[in-house]
Amino acid sequence: MGVRSWIERWPVYRQLTGRDDLGRGAAARSPRTDELRARTATADREVKSVCPFCAVGCAQRVFVRDEQVTQIEGDPDSPVSRGRLCPRGSSSLSLVTSPSRVSKVRYRRPYSSEWEDLDLDSALDMIADRVIETRANSWEHEDEQGRHLHRTMGIASLGGATLDNEENYLMKKLYTALGAVQVENQARI
Amino acid sequence: MAEAHPVGFQWVMEAKARGATVIHVDPRYTRTSALADMHVPIRAGSDIAFLGGLINYVLRHDAYFAEYVKAYTNAPMILRDDFADTEDLDGLFSGYDHESGSYDVRSWQYQGAEVEASAGRRDETGVQPEEVVRHAAGQRLQSAAGSEQAGSGGAPLRGTPELDETLQHPRCVFQVLKRHYARYTPEMVEKVCGTPPELFEKVAAELVANSGRERTSAFAYAVGWTHHTVGVQYIRCASVLQALLGNIGRPGGGIMALRGHASIQGSTDIPTLYNILPGYIPMPHAHREQDLATFIEADSGEKGFWGNMDAYTVSLLKAWFGDAATADNDFCFDYLPRVTGDHGTFQTVMDQIDGTVKGYFVIGENPAVGTANSKQQRLGLASLDWLVVRDLNMIETATFWSDGPEIATAEMETGRIGTEVFFLPAASHTEKDGSFTNTQRLLQWHHTAVEPTGDARSDLWFYYHLGRRIRAKLAGSTDPRDRPVLDLTWDYPTGGRYDEPSADAVLREIGGTGPDGAALSSYVELNNDGSTRCGCWIYCGVYADEVNLSARRKPRSEQDWVALEWGWAWPLNRRIIYNRASADPDGNPWSERKAYIRWDAEQGRWVGPDVPDFTATKPPDYVPAADAKGPDAIGGDEPFIMQSDGRAWLYAPAGLVDGPLPAHYEPEESPVRNALYGQQSNPARQEYNRPENPYHPVDGQPGSDVFPFVFTTFRVTEHHTAGGMSRWTPHLAELQPEMFLEVSPELAAERGLEHRGWATVVTARSAIEGRVLVTDRAKPLRLDGRVIHQIGIPWHWGPNGLTTGDAANELLGVSLDPNVHIMETKAATCDIRPGRRPRGPELVTYVAAYRRRAGLETGLEERP
Repeated sequence: MGVRSWIERWPVYRQLTGRDDLGRGAAARSPRTDELRARTATADREVKSVCPFCAVGCAQRVFVRDEQVTQIEGDPDSPVSRGRLCPRGSSSLSLVTSPSRVSKVRYRRPYSSEWEDLDLDSALDMIADRVIETRANSWEHEDEQGRHLHRTMGIASLGGATLDNEENYLMKKLYTALGAVQVENQARI
Repeated sequence: MAEAHPVGFQWVMEAKARGATVIHVDPRYTRTSALADMHVPIRAGSDIAFLGGLINYVLRHDAYFAEYVKAYTNAPMILRDDFADTEDLDGLFSGYDHESGSYDVRSWQYQGAEVEASAGRRDETGVQPEEVVRHAAGQRLQSAAGSEQAGSGGAPLRGTPELDETLQHPRCVFQVLKRHYARYTPEMVEKVCGTPPELFEKVAAELVANSGRERTSAFAYAVGWTHHTVGVQYIRCASVLQALLGNIGRPGGGIMALRGHASIQGSTDIPTLYNILPGYIPMPHAHREQDLATFIEADSGEKGFWGNMDAYTVSLLKAWFGDAATADNDFCFDYLPRVTGDHGTFQTVMDQIDGTVKGYFVIGENPAVGTANSKQQRLGLASLDWLVVRDLNMIETATFWSDGPEIATAEMETGRIGTEVFFLPAASHTEKDGSFTNTQRLLQWHHTAVEPTGDARSDLWFYYHLGRRIRAKLAGSTDPRDRPVLDLTWDYPTGGRYDEPSADAVLREIGGTGPDGAALSSYVELNNDGSTRCGCWIYCGVYADEVNLSARRKPRSEQDWVALEWGWAWPLNRRIIYNRASADPDGNPWSERKAYIRWDAEQGRWVGPDVPDFTATKPPDYVPAADAKGPDAIGGDEPFIMQSDGRAWLYAPAGLVDGPLPAHYEPEESPVRNALYGQQSNPARQEYNRPENPYHPVDGQPGSDVFPFVFTTFRVTEHHTAGGMSRWTPHLAELQPEMFLEVSPELAAERGLEHRGWATVVTARSAIEGRVLVTDRAKPLRLDGRVIHQIGIPWHWGPNGLTTGDAANELLGVSLDPNVHIMETKAATCDIRPGRRPRGPELVTYVAAYRRRAGLETGLEERP
């Protein structure tokens, strides 16, 4: 490589002599830049989604490579959001791939000062047992006036505004069949 | 709106670019104010005085949309002669009972209409007229939330009300309204809100000029409006104003609730709420003997689409209990548990502390920092036998027993907390199929991108498999209480690595199926004979022709501006609700400029870019037969088809428990007296005088000077709610790295606060610290010769995550709107001092000293 071509590859030289006055385009490019490909281009697939934060409902495109979410961005097709995402929506990739996400069940015994490991199957079984036992101990068939109650006031639930409609539906359906009425979510808060 | 719903705000800016005037009324100057034509400062908690001032302005200047008001609102309805207004009773309406702190609402009815209780309350009041009882501790227990049940329509009403079409009768709604707001003058607005009269008049003039035949104005509120002891009446007040101006059911009009969570609308429609069933069908109230027919009779309307409540309810019971639900067993109506009062989340947590609630599921919510009076929440958590928390991150609600604030102050000891805690990791939105309902009632499907890893699962998985296990464990039980669990339809197809239940199958059940098992296309196809099944009648049709319509994504470039083929909106894909009101009584557009839905006589149907919110072929001149019921009883010129009189309500003769008209009341905690009435605060509000929930003295009471400032909580763009989805995210944590307190230079000077230094905010509940943000965006208000300082406190922080700080909810007490049991967080009083708060047990003594100075150590006394 001659001195001249070496100088011509220098971004500052190209910025001063070429048309990229601000040095933010062609002048700053390198062979490595040219080899880079957007995560959206190298994805195995694109999946349509909706932003999980506020209730505007901005459309998202979720890009997946090697069964990992690699990019989330706004979907310009949406008549709601026209491809835009706010800082929260733009952080969706961090939200779903965050190393801080807990991946294993954690269990704290009564009066204990630490978490323990517990397998998911046992956890589910223990929770089912707790529900059945608490329900049996707190069952109200009728009140002192003889009014039909058919319920438990021993089990309560909070949450739903961040969940899917289908999830809320199964929650309300199961709780109601169990006789639990103290079912609430952020809509009250 | 620019702060909390930035992408939605692009449409406001689009309107501004086309010439719209954007007015921002807010105690704080925010990013919304920066982009608005006008920022109008207001004292937190005074909005009804402001909106009432606008109503008075519209009436005084005859600026209402006369044809619309006469034809489409209840302005001509005549009220009973025993109704008395707040003007007559110095801030009370007729029917107030001082003993119970509640209203008998019967005198609020129309003349000629039958005496009935309010919406969804008639079921309960049928047996026990005095449902509101006084607790031994002096707290008021209100009955089940009523107005929320009107989430898809108004309260039921019977009989034929008397009308005066000339609007001259002294007891007609129009004249009552005029008298009610006559004293809400610009001078009064200044006195109450601190808003300069010339600025207020400018707002009123702009609003009036931009409403009528040719123009429409919209109101948008972030749900801070609901966070008051008069929250429902705030929104009612905007409704009254918009109905007077003819801004409902028309393009560019309406009142837009900017809700804060991805599917908070969906979780209200398909409610994880105690007082309603899917589609706003009320939860039945306890009775000695009540069959399904009596339940329906009590709550369905004679007129309007609620007249078919029997079909909706029977179809729901069939969806849930399948073949076990038959006409002979009343479709398993007795399987539904009964409510007996307020079982809302605040009551539930107090019941945890008092020992009756033993088990608690917390699913994607973080009450340990996210709910008012967080300490009360943690006291509840610490009183449980068992707690299940499902979330993405290790939130404060799961860790209260090891590092909660009470551990630091030694008010709790880990080794003495008996709560068994299960933390189950949740799947994210990219790891599951499902639909969110956005704030415009639009269902949008999100698809699974990847399966969750480790133990993370969807909540659909959790509840399906938990239900499956419980059913297996109870199989063979002969106990009648187990029958509903065993008879539940619970057979969803599963697939994938973890036996994930099919969300599509669940949505199809929600959307409804007919006698042949095929998906239904409209709720008008639902029957009351058990031949149809539908999990949520207002969502009926979302799976029409076996297609998941919520997953439609036809690009906006390929359809018109209404974009009916993007997702699916309830009901029946209508995008503007009550859009029949966009045409005049004869079915012609009010103006070509604002044309939307019109009657096409040649085709014999309503046409327009949207799905008409009206029976499609019912002509404008249709007059119902005298004995017509349900939808058939709605005339061709009555657009408000979910209302039992087909009209928009300027006055609510039923459905509310704290007044038929919005009246200004001061917040629970206020630095001033009510300038309008002798009655200081909402007389029907719910208070809980408990040791962990003391209230401050209000103006004029001894000790009120201890907490001289107003504070209001708020959100910023970069964080989400109580932080569970943002404090763990590096970008967001970096963008807004620290809890702060926003104050004016005047307040900073008065209290010696330094910009970027530390300050401590104190209430009778607790004290929190934050960095001081001194900015001249925050301006002290001058009202009635006094200077009122307001402090802005974001509520995103808590002790866990990448960015940590004290939670604003530590400061707040719990007092509730009596209609919907929502707490007041947007206006309260406090003190502020320079420096950090005390650590450890000293914090407790520090706050106790404040309580003592305010005279609160003994007092669970009566409040004004």
